[in-house]
Amino acid sequence: MTVEAVGSETKVIIFRLVNKEYAVPVQHVQSIEKVMPVTRVPRVASHIKGVVNLRGVVTPIVDLRTRFSLEEGKYDEDTRIIIVTYENKEVGLIVDSANDVLDLPEGSIGPQPNVVGSVEADFISGVAKLDRRLLILLHLNKVLENV
Amino acid sequence: MEMNQYLEVFIEESKDHLQNCNAQLLELENNPQDLKIVNEIFRSAHTLKGMSATMGYEDLASLTHNMENVLDAIRNEKLAVTTTIMDVVFSAVDDLEEMITSIAGGGDGKRDVSNVVKQLELIEKGEQPVVIDKPITSDQSSVIHYDEFERTILLQSLEQEYLAYELSVKIREGCLLKAARVYMVFDLLEKMGEVIKSTPPSDHLEEENFDQEFCVTLVSKESADLIEKAVLTVSEIEQATVHTMTIESIQKGHMEVAATSQTIHEKPTVDEVKKMSDDKQKPEEQSKGAIINKTIRVNIDRLDVLMNLFEELVIDRGRLEQISKELNHGELNETVERMSRISGDLQSIILNMRMVPVETVFNRFPRMVRQLTRDLNKKIALNIIGQDTELDRTVIDEIGDPLVHLLRNAMDHGVETPEVRVANGKPEEGTIVLRAYHSGNYVFIEIEDDGAGISKDRVLQKALSKGIVTDELIRTMTDQQIFELIMASGFSTAETVSDISGRGVGLDVVKTTIESLGGSITINSTEGKGSIFSVQLPLTLSIISVMLVEMEKEKYAIPLSSIIETAVVKNEEILHAHDQRVIDFRGKVVPLVFLKEVFDVLTEDHLDEIHSIIIVRKGDKMAGLVVDSFIGQQEVVLKSLGNYMGDVFAISGATILGDGQVALIVDCNSLIQ
Repeated sequence: MTVEAVGSETKVIIFRLVNKEYAVPVQHVQSIEKVMPVTRVPRVASHIKGVVNLRGVVTPIVDLRTRFSLEEGKYDEDTRIIIVTYENKEVGLIVDSANDVLDLPEGSIGPQPNVVGSVEADFISGVAKLDRRLLILLHLNKVLENV
Repeated sequence: MEMNQYLEVFIEESKDHLQNCNAQLLELENNPQDLKIVNEIFRSAHTLKGMSATMGYEDLASLTHNMENVLDAIRNEKLAVTTTIMDVVFSAVDDLEEMITSIAGGGDGKRDVSNVVKQLELIEKGEQPVVIDKPITSDQSSVIHYDEFERTILLQSLEQEYLAYELSVKIREGCLLKAARVYMVFDLLEKMGEVIKSTPPSDHLEEENFDQEFCVTLVSKESADLIEKAVLTVSEIEQATVHTMTIESIQKGHMEVAATSQTIHEKPTVDEVKKMSDDKQKPEEQSKGAIINKTIRVNIDRLDVLMNLFEELVIDRGRLEQISKELNHGELNETVERMSRISGDLQSIILNMRMVPVETVFNRFPRMVRQLTRDLNKKIALNIIGQDTELDRTVIDEIGDPLVHLLRNAMDHGVETPEVRVANGKPEEGTIVLRAYHSGNYVFIEIEDDGAGISKDRVLQKALSKGIVTDELIRTMTDQQIFELIMASGFSTAETVSDISGRGVGLDVVKTTIESLGGSITINSTEGKGSIFSVQLPLTLSIISVMLVEMEKEKYAIPLSSIIETAVVKNEEILHAHDQRVIDFRGKVVPLVFLKEVFDVLTEDHLDEIHSIIIVRKGDKMAGLVVDSFIGQQEVVLKSLGNYMGDVFAISGATILGDGQVALIVDCNSLIQ
């Protein structure tokens, strides 16, 4: 999954993490939830925060900050859990906030710049420029890879 | 007429009728004089014939028809029941079963049954049936019979200047992947032309149900030489012979078949069947004295959906109970209590609906045992007890193969040959008891034989030589642990490996399958007296009883099935042995597992004077799980942790509690070494 633009536009959900804006294709997003009580699961990778009860379905939760080796943050009013489904996996991603749905025109998506240089670079499939905003497209496959 | 909508019903009912035939035939063999049983079989066969004729499965109808004729003769006391007759009728039922399976698998239900039909007809005429072995495929063209449809295709292709060939292929002896070779041959042939028919049929080829040879009929524009050469390029093919078919040879075969069926009986047309069913109406009505329970067939998927919905309800019920407890409102309490009671009843009904008697698995065993006793030259009686014991369908689906394996094992390795038995002062005929019964939340299935039993010395010797155990280990092993060695992988006690059982890969698979169902298997044996294999299975897999425990703020659920009891011990009662903390529990040394440490629970630093302990077991090993406090017992719905996480150590799943929180279910088995 590099860039999923088949038609002329790709609809994406925009979320914030630290100071950057990220995008995931809307067809992989099942819902966006407010923070709910998470049950810790012992002896799993540190970025897996645990599991939640998502309307009767036990769903694992991944903290994207930990996943991207960013500084840990406190959960607040704006914190959201984006439930994504990818290749039979259903996982919740904890992000700082999620508040936008955008159409990315085909031409706006480019390859990722070489200079990003942080751990999260591995999880990026491309970069989109829209007006004055820089949106980082997530490589869900990599993000959800088992560690 | 559009038949598809009836097909499902047809298949289901046919299976029922065939099962009934099978069961009744076995019964008949034991009571050859009982004509009531014959009537029962007759009725099943008759219904089957009518149904298959209506659905247009002519082969099925004609075979049933012939079988019916024989049964009719027995019923009218023109024929006496003999083993030879029974054998032929059994093999007819086998053929019927395979046709139905083929139809269920989307096939056309066609099958070469001329052999059985011929035998049935001979019996009917009062002659001894010639027991003909299944046709050997290397015998040329005359062996392969084509039905109308296949013949037409062959003739038409010849007209269109295709060439028709009969190709017999011999695979080298000792070839390991026969099916793969067959596939390669077919793949080749399909590139060159079109395969019309194969003998044995392709599903048999796939299952490697043939010796070294098989025969393929194909039409192609290539020359015979080329085809032969092409087939020989596949490795491990020893021989390939191509025969070109002519219009005459095709028609000649047709005449022969037609002749045989004409002299004795014509295939019944739908009209005839109808007429006959009218004729037979009377005796059928008379014998319908037995009470028939009214049932409807429900697609199992719907039951699964119902179950899922109910699981949701159970979770909400828990939540409601909690809210009403907090609010402490009289009327609310009353209503919630009432609702809990009703949903409790509902739960038992829904669980009951998914329950299937083990009979559905057991009823194929008598036939199997009958066949195997002959193959093994042994005398064995199978005694089935408690076949109406019920189990969840999901368990039933999985348990068939392990039981087949255990039974075969008992027959092959357990029960001795008649000579040995007589020499040892036992009755000539061995007995295998297959017993099922309820006990608590479990169903036990036992397979008991009065055979040679398990020789501990031989098991140990073998286990040592295979490196499964060490000398030191043996000294501390109980008898049962020694017996259980035979289920270790790479173990086989029989001196000679037979094809009945004993490839050394079976019993460990049996053990794994049963354990994956949440069950367990134990072996008891007395040398010279016999063995008992006891399989313990949970009643249901989706709703389980657990003990909820708390560690700091975290809640965990421990399945009641593995709990022996709970205890409270003081700090000073904990002893240290090596690096292990243990307690003395009713005279037994039980190692302690501090769940807080295993699960890395953040603890505030305070030393507990008193520890709450749950004693759990796995087989005959025990362990004490140390927790902070007990919350209580609860029925919970087992949920998986999802695909993302894979296996988590010591956690077998999760459940949703009354307050909507997720609690993890502890897998005690992995905590006990």
